[in-house]
Amino acid sequence: MDYALIVVMEILRAVSLLVLLAGGLAIIFGMMRVINIAHGEFLMLGGYTVIMSVKAGVNLWIAILILAPIVVGIFGIIVERLVIRFLYGRMIDTLLATWGLSLLMIGGVTLIFGNTSEGVSTPLGSITIGAYQVAVYNVVLIAFAVLFLVAAWAVLKYTKAGLIARATMQNPGMAETLGVNSTLVYMATFGIGSALTGLAGGLLAPVTGVVPSMGVNFIGQSFITVITGGASIIAGTLSASATLGSVSQLVTFGAGPVYGDAALLLAALILLRILPQGITGRIFTRSL
Amino acid sequence: MKLSRRHLLKTSAALAAGTVALPYAAMAQDDTILVGGLHDLSGPIDFAGIPMTQILNLAVEEINAAGGLLGKQLQAVTYDPQSNMSLYSQYATQLALKDKVAVVHGGITSASRETIRPIFHRFQTLYFYNTLYEGGVCDRNEISLGTTPAQTVERLVPYVMNLWGKKVYTIAADYNYGQITAAWVKRYVEQNGGEVVATEFFPLDVTQFGSTISKIQGAAPDIVMSVLVGTGHLGFYRQWVGAGMKDKIPMASTTFGASGTEPIIMTPEEGNGIPTCFGYYDTIDSPANKEFLAKVKARYPENTPLLSELSACTWEGMMIRADAVKAAGTIERMPVIEALESGKSYDMPGGKVTIDPITHHAIRDVYIAELSDRVWQIKGKFDQVPPADTQLVCNLKETPDANVHHEISLN
Amino acid sequence: MEKPVLRDPGFYVMVATGFAVLFGAPMVFDFFEIMQMTQYVVLSVFALSLAYIWGFGGILSFGQSAFFGLGAYTFAVSAINMGDTTIPLALAFIIPALFGVALGYFMFYGRISDVYLGVVTLVVTLILWKLINHTAGPEYAIGKSRLGGFNGIPSIPIVNSPGDASADLDPVQLFQFFMVVLIVVYVGLRFLIGSDFGRVSVSIRENETRTSLLGYDVRRHKVIVFAIGSGIAGFSGAMWATYQTFIDPNAFSLEMSAKALIWVMAGGVGTLVGPIVGVIGLQYLSLKLGEMELLNNFVILGFILIVLVLALPKGVVPSIRMWALQGWELARQRRSGAPQGKPVASDV
Repeated sequence: MDYALIVVMEILRAVSLLVLLAGGLAIIFGMMRVINIAHGEFLMLGGYTVIMSVKAGVNLWIAILILAPIVVGIFGIIVERLVIRFLYGRMIDTLLATWGLSLLMIGGVTLIFGNTSEGVSTPLGSITIGAYQVAVYNVVLIAFAVLFLVAAWAVLKYTKAGLIARATMQNPGMAETLGVNSTLVYMATFGIGSALTGLAGGLLAPVTGVVPSMGVNFIGQSFITVITGGASIIAGTLSASATLGSVSQLVTFGAGPVYGDAALLLAALILLRILPQGITGRIFTRSL
Repeated sequence: MKLSRRHLLKTSAALAAGTVALPYAAMAQDDTILVGGLHDLSGPIDFAGIPMTQILNLAVEEINAAGGLLGKQLQAVTYDPQSNMSLYSQYATQLALKDKVAVVHGGITSASRETIRPIFHRFQTLYFYNTLYEGGVCDRNEISLGTTPAQTVERLVPYVMNLWGKKVYTIAADYNYGQITAAWVKRYVEQNGGEVVATEFFPLDVTQFGSTISKIQGAAPDIVMSVLVGTGHLGFYRQWVGAGMKDKIPMASTTFGASGTEPIIMTPEEGNGIPTCFGYYDTIDSPANKEFLAKVKARYPENTPLLSELSACTWEGMMIRADAVKAAGTIERMPVIEALESGKSYDMPGGKVTIDPITHHAIRDVYIAELSDRVWQIKGKFDQVPPADTQLVCNLKETPDANVHHEISLN
Repeated sequence: MEKPVLRDPGFYVMVATGFAVLFGAPMVFDFFEIMQMTQYVVLSVFALSLAYIWGFGGILSFGQSAFFGLGAYTFAVSAINMGDTTIPLALAFIIPALFGVALGYFMFYGRISDVYLGVVTLVVTLILWKLINHTAGPEYAIGKSRLGGFNGIPSIPIVNSPGDASADLDPVQLFQFFMVVLIVVYVGLRFLIGSDFGRVSVSIRENETRTSLLGYDVRRHKVIVFAIGSGIAGFSGAMWATYQTFIDPNAFSLEMSAKALIWVMAGGVGTLVGPIVGVIGLQYLSLKLGEMELLNNFVILGFILIVLVLALPKGVVPSIRMWALQGWELARQRRSGAPQGKPVASDV
């Protein structure tokens, strides 16, 4: 019984992590068709913001929840203005440019902060469930994943900004004719996607080693989740995270982490074969 | 259309010109001895490569200040392979054939070593590999100074079993070093009357360890033995403390702190009290080490390198080879190798180091230490531990032409 | 439009250049430089494999390294077991090509397209990379050859003259052999692209629906194109393995795939010269960077890539071609005072 509870909790945590990792990317890729290879480095930047702020005496939660999204969001807007805006509609070129950006960021952070910085411990301690103990912080991760999904859904569905964003993504020309400033929309979308990635990176900081090259460990699963999810941001991210996260965790529990990883990839492959446009390309097609 | 081709021709002409007149390549002059250095100075493992290069340069300056070698000054030729194996192979070829260096120090990962080792063997350039690794290289052209699993595991396992008990749970990186070390852990645990209840392997890019931590809780071992490697795996130590396991089940490791960065990245509550075993710690209390630390600090008052076994072995490699050149009276490769095989012992910052003429690996002092508020506290010292694993598979006296990397199998 | 291959002077210039390098380089350059150039030749063949399927078949593969690695490991395992390298070289083309047929069938008959195609190839590459990394244990051996996991396979034989396993090629001969391969691949692809088959591939690239409505079996066609590219990539993997005498899972890495994409993109998609220029230019750049003591090579390389994509969006070769044609046009206008018909570029 305890064990079952633990397994469920781990699955929820894994799913939440995928939601957080993929959320920002889903916005940038799903809405703007920009392949951001530097996504992992955006996460790293969020993590660095946290450890550097904490070192400077800032409260951990302020660093994670406020500073990390703001710093990475602003960085994202700068990148959009300087590089990405010239590349809309040239998906493959965004790949080359953001590959360069990724190298630039790894090297840049190393130059500025050095490659070894003091990390932060996981806050909040642990709770005991029968013979097992888990970190309370897991609950924070799960809560933020839920919060992100609800917030994104509410914004897209009920606000004018959400409507404009959806309209611009569907048909930029038409939206522009109707008076929408699509430059501004793209810039804001990229900024928001980056900010969310920054938040995810910030949330990761207390559970992982923050080093300049950490991004590479997260980029693969983030992309696979987004693509498997398909076109719609919320339903896609959620359904793909749920499927892939539970498959990989169950296999990890049963057979070990090597097979857990392989199972995640295999599940993605099978899903893409059955649903070549991603999960939300065929089912939940009208979802957000 | 024509221009594109002309461009290609131009490119190849430029390529030719570039390779003929390299602005940065040092030319071997009669009054200098060139020493090659090949360490990653950018990219994911630059935290290991930069200190090694700093120490290499320091050693060059030290030897030159003492009058050089055979009346000649040393000059370092260092390249940055950028964690890229094709660059490793290019620079190795360049060092051997173009710069014609007398010796090369370098290679960090086993993959980089196996990329460049055959090149130096083929082109007869003496090669020092200064990193701890899984053991098994058998090549008379290479000197390996770092510790191998048998040297460290054999000492660490009985130490922690005496402290805590007989049930061991091993978690290891899923590659050769992890696999081989895990096998040695199992052997020594069993030799000491204990039991390995489970061994779990993790791909190097795994960052989330929740399920493993639950499994360990379920198995309730007396000791967790960590052979985790790389930046992704740092998360384990953090999540272990996050789950409140720090005071429940003690942990030991043969890899934690290997590159010298963990004491900084990990907070004291995460890093404290994990016994580790290496051939060098910066807190070794010996005159040789104190002198070494003072030199490093004086040369690099800022950007002081984080000293670990990797950088200490680089220093040893430079000094031992300098001594062998003096003994041989020449920088010719074979006389120097023969001088290195004399079985002489050297007093180094890490203690006494002897090159085993049978395997070309170091017989060296190893230490057990654990972190206390980011400072290594030495808990034990073992004198002159032989590289027992490599000795199982390699005998350069019988097969001096060997040019292989054996997989050491305990099955 | 494409000119017939044999009437394109550019084709002869390229082939002549190839032969000039093949025979001239060993006389001009010393031993060490030849070894450096060998690397560019191998990677050029690899880049051509992607240049073909992407530029002339419209198939964007993020997983070209899957075939590169497969070819390299096929060669390594079979050469270690057989000793002689002739059959292993053939296998290094055949096995990746067959794998390409299987994967192509899975993808194209499943109507996976667009960016999803890229992701499927990427995921397959990741799976292969993870699997090969997991083969560290002694139980993973094929015949005499251990797969070796993360550390790879050492001591891979050097190519020998057919039938005589002891007659290893020396580095210069190896370079010349690889140059011959590069020329054969280039000429072969040029003829293929110029053939009826190639025209259909290009028309699929331009408009898949229209081509299929004209009665061509688009899916079968794409599978064949993909398999040819896979075979060439596999062969270049074998060349890499024998050149290094060592292979590790890096051959399967995403970095290797991404590099192929970058070479082709930087040189110019839809050309065959471009990718070769891309390989030489970018590899040479990293090489020179590593010799200097600059800030941090990742920063500089990253910056250059970004500038490249912003300044030369079509890639080096098409951009230069465009400027040249514009310049020529301008000069002609000035001379004759009247605008002329636009000269047409051919795909090289």
